[in-house]
Amino acid sequence: MTLPLRTRAEEVAARFPPLLVRAETLASSVIMGEHGRRRAGMGENFWQYRPATAQDDARHIDWRRSARSDASFVQDKEWQIAQTVSLWVDQSASLDFASGTQLETKLQRARLIGLASAILMLRAGERVGLVAPHIPAKRGSEQILRLTSALSETQAENAPRAEHFAPHARAIFISDFFSDLEAVETALTKAASLGVSGLLLQVLDPAEETFPFGGRTIFESVDKRLEFETLRAKDLRPAYLERLAERKDRLQKLAQRSGWHYQVHHTDQSSTQALLSVYAALERQR
Amino acid sequence: MWSLGPIGFTSPLLLWALALLPVIVYLLRAVPPAPIRRKFPGIVLLLGLKDKESQTDTTPWWLLLLRLLAVAAVIIGFAGPILNPRDQSVSTSERLLIVMDASWGAAQDWDNAKAMAEAILEQAARDEALTALVSLTKASPEPTFVSPQINSALLDSIAPQAWEPHEDDYLALAESLPQESFDTIWLSDGLERSGREALLDALRSKGRVSVATPASPILALRPAELRDGTISVTALRSANVTPEARIRALGLDPAGIERVLQEQPLSFEAGALMATAAFDLPPELRNRLTRFDIADVASAGAVSLTGDALRRREVALVDTGASQEGLELLSPFHYLREALAPSADILSGPLEQLLLANPDVIALADVATLPPIQNAELMTWVENGGLLLRFAGPNLAIADRLRDEANALLPVQLRTGGRTLGGAMSWGEPKALAPFKEDSPFFGLTIPEDVSVSTQVLAQPSPELAGRVIAELSDGTPLVTRKTLGLGQVVLFHVTANAEWSSLPLSGLFVQMLERLALASGNRAQLIQDLEASTWSPTQIMDGFGALTSVDTLASVEGSTIASGRIGADLAPGIYQANEQTIALNAVAEDRILEAATWPSDVVRIGQEATETKDLKGALLTGALVLALIDIIAALGLTGRLRVAQILVFSIAIGVLSHGAQAQDDSFALEATENVVLAHVLTGDDDLDARAEAGLLGLSQALFRRTSVEPAAPMGVNLETDEIALFPFLYWPISPDQPIPSQEAYAKLNLYLQRGGLILFDTRDADRAGFGGGTPEGQKLRRIAIGLDIPPLEPIPQDHVLSRTFYLLQAYPGRFDSLDIWVEAAQANAEQIEGLPFRILNDGVTPVVIGGNDWASAWAVDEIGNRLYPVGRGMAGEQQREYAYRFGINLIMHVLTGNYKSDQVHVPALLDRLGQ
Repeated sequence: MTLPLRTRAEEVAARFPPLLVRAETLASSVIMGEHGRRRAGMGENFWQYRPATAQDDARHIDWRRSARSDASFVQDKEWQIAQTVSLWVDQSASLDFASGTQLETKLQRARLIGLASAILMLRAGERVGLVAPHIPAKRGSEQILRLTSALSETQAENAPRAEHFAPHARAIFISDFFSDLEAVETALTKAASLGVSGLLLQVLDPAEETFPFGGRTIFESVDKRLEFETLRAKDLRPAYLERLAERKDRLQKLAQRSGWHYQVHHTDQSSTQALLSVYAALERQR
Repeated sequence: MWSLGPIGFTSPLLLWALALLPVIVYLLRAVPPAPIRRKFPGIVLLLGLKDKESQTDTTPWWLLLLRLLAVAAVIIGFAGPILNPRDQSVSTSERLLIVMDASWGAAQDWDNAKAMAEAILEQAARDEALTALVSLTKASPEPTFVSPQINSALLDSIAPQAWEPHEDDYLALAESLPQESFDTIWLSDGLERSGREALLDALRSKGRVSVATPASPILALRPAELRDGTISVTALRSANVTPEARIRALGLDPAGIERVLQEQPLSFEAGALMATAAFDLPPELRNRLTRFDIADVASAGAVSLTGDALRRREVALVDTGASQEGLELLSPFHYLREALAPSADILSGPLEQLLLANPDVIALADVATLPPIQNAELMTWVENGGLLLRFAGPNLAIADRLRDEANALLPVQLRTGGRTLGGAMSWGEPKALAPFKEDSPFFGLTIPEDVSVSTQVLAQPSPELAGRVIAELSDGTPLVTRKTLGLGQVVLFHVTANAEWSSLPLSGLFVQMLERLALASGNRAQLIQDLEASTWSPTQIMDGFGALTSVDTLASVEGSTIASGRIGADLAPGIYQANEQTIALNAVAEDRILEAATWPSDVVRIGQEATETKDLKGALLTGALVLALIDIIAALGLTGRLRVAQILVFSIAIGVLSHGAQAQDDSFALEATENVVLAHVLTGDDDLDARAEAGLLGLSQALFRRTSVEPAAPMGVNLETDEIALFPFLYWPISPDQPIPSQEAYAKLNLYLQRGGLILFDTRDADRAGFGGGTPEGQKLRRIAIGLDIPPLEPIPQDHVLSRTFYLLQAYPGRFDSLDIWVEAAQANAEQIEGLPFRILNDGVTPVVIGGNDWASAWAVDEIGNRLYPVGRGMAGEQQREYAYRFGINLIMHVLTGNYKSDQVHVPALLDRLGQ
């Protein structure tokens, strides 16, 4: 990028609010709330009454409850603890593709889902960080702005790195996973060793799923580095679909091995659906 | 010209280019379709894949074939192919005369004849010959030979005429033929006429003659004739070929549109050149008849105009003077009137006046003697073709003088006294009718069994008697006798015209007998006399194809010309009119017979149907273009550039566009029906409309605050375009210059009033006028209300339900306070029960309330609730405004709840029954 800094900044800033606003709108469609640990501990919400034991401080006795019976009761709160979530959104050029004018590009969709789930989790009091470019996990609404700006720039490097994972954290990887799977595998292996689990979300364009092409065609990659010519694209369809299925299968297995979840999302589906699946995947692990 | 089967080529050398086709095949196979570039991230997965077939880069065979066909079509097209190229044998001479009959006979096959003439001229142009074109029905100058192109232009101006060439036309052409020799092509209509032979001989002396005649025989219709009540139409044919034709009777329907009234198949007997179809039309239809024609034959000869010939008769009933009031059924003419009214125009009055009107039929009932002058006049009238219809009766039976001198105005001599059959003082039974004889005009009518004759007058036996009886009783005594007198006739019924002497006038037979008699009374002598005397102006003229066109610019024609019957350029067939009489001139005379012309053997006969040459160049090039378009689409499809989805979306989009208008309508209906909406009629006066809207807004707000009716914002309604059935209530302020609603709007309004809508008419003039006064608004309201279906009205009574539907009211003020308010009148049988303040009126909501109190101004508020117009002065005025609102609320309650409040009068009775 040789554009003057100012122009770029404005360009980025111009894209900023819509992405943020859309992500916020999307996030607000899923109510997450403080997620409890489902057991007694430090927290604010009521969990249960239990008979007071000798260890309990007298000031912890809930007199209102105790007055209704002979025994003394203590009110337990639900244990609430903040979780660290690492987010990786593949922002490489190959995602900047949409097969139709009505469709969003995969990149826009990936950013949207990533940011929306980040907002969702920040609102729930989690700490959210970004893997690449590295933004340390933090809480609060300030972090939303930092994430938004980081998610508005195209990155050349597109491999997930496992360096910044906190132990037992959660992670979300959003990509089309068309690049080399070795990097993903390495990252997952390392994550698994750190006790990190999470979700692989594969964002695909419907055209990539159906391969609706025919005739003599020269396919080229989005960054125009690769080129492939075929005389009858229609004949390639079975082979292509087979390879795609193979790749999905490999991702699925990879995820299974390291205790992750794997989901496919198409850009012609509603993004709320994807966000719900992210939410469900993270929730299931707790 | 080189030809291949029926196809000839003008430049056959170009066909060698077809040899290039294999080269094109080679080129096309060598060049694969151009690739399309696509971005596709999934390319990673494609890398390393191989195409299955190695040959797919070549064009598929069917596309190749398509392209070869296109190229071949272009090459052949430019080689100038012509289907059925004309033989040069028709003419080798460098001068060619084309003679066209161009009569109505040629009209039947005109397209072919014209195409043939064109073809001949084209051929002549190719041969660089000189041509001359002559039409026999058109006064043409001496034929001159010019270039065929000039004649081609001339050809367009030649159309078949509604008449035929006369002998003079043939001879004139025969004499004006040029000196030098030439060949002739005669496009004849194939009919024999005098003078044709002479012309043919003249032409044959100049060179070769070829003749083309129509492929199908000529059909024609003679003028329709009336015979004994049925119309007979005779069709002619020129050759023994067409066995069937369909004759159509055309006339106006009640709406004035021409329709086929009846259609009859007609079959010629083998060998016969004419056949007759009989149309038995009811008088009603016959009066509307305008012409007959042969279906699917477009020629003036196949049309027979009827004109006046079949028109409705005028029947005069002569009053004998003494009218007997109250004895209608005994009136001698009652049954005559009843019988004749559907089929004839009936005149009545004293004889001297009726004779001036010159009717077709004069009926005399039981008139024995007439003053000598009238007798003589009547006699003259009958001799000129009138039909005198007489009925017997007591007067005729006793009159002596009639028997003394044979009264010329009676068909037979009568015996004194008549006779009575089956009466109290006689032996015989009442007699029935004998079947009609074959020579009787009544022949074929069925005689009802219940017709009997009890009294009759008898004829004096005489030698002529038998010939004059046209109906008789079962004992052979005459019932109806007839004799001709000059051009007319006298008919006597030997019974009365009423049911006194017989039951004949009561039966349907009487009607049929009268119809037969009255219809047989065409006044031909009169017509001929009129013809001689007057000038006739054409109103409708027929062209050669039998189509009528109205004309009003053509010169009038002398009656003598019409009488001569020579149809031609100066007397075109059509409808002519003089003094309310119309006469139809037809292309075919009454005694015409079509005869096919015979041609000598040395005359070359050329058929018209075989000579159609057709240039195939255009068709082939168009085909090539279509093939090229298909090729484009196929090539796009083949390279994956054509998306079926795109085509679908495009076609769906077109379908969707047509739904736009519907949606708008729905929004209006939705807005009007989602809540109660008060509406006012848009008058076109912006100030008035704004005032009405503000008024209804004020009323809506008052309703909202005080009652459970919660109206939405009021709407203006355009009577012409909007649906008014959606509104329960319409406020219609009257302004002097608003337009009167259209017929459709009136239909909507009347339906609205019938289905329970209420319109409040407000003339807004109560300060100036009493109700219905001469204010412009009042007059306007009257004009508007003319088209409305409004029930009887009455000034609003004190106990009208409007006075108590919500508030109890005694006055209904608006901005003005006048009691002149009109509502639907109460039923006459409304009764007032003792002790109740109101009459019992439980049905119906008044469809209109009419007043002039300018309610809208009293109700009007602006958006923030300020009163817009002052009412009265001070507190009294405010009170009046309050009453205005109360009236509005009562009115809307009346609209919405009907007479619910009126039903309340039953409450005491109901409570009483419940034992409370």
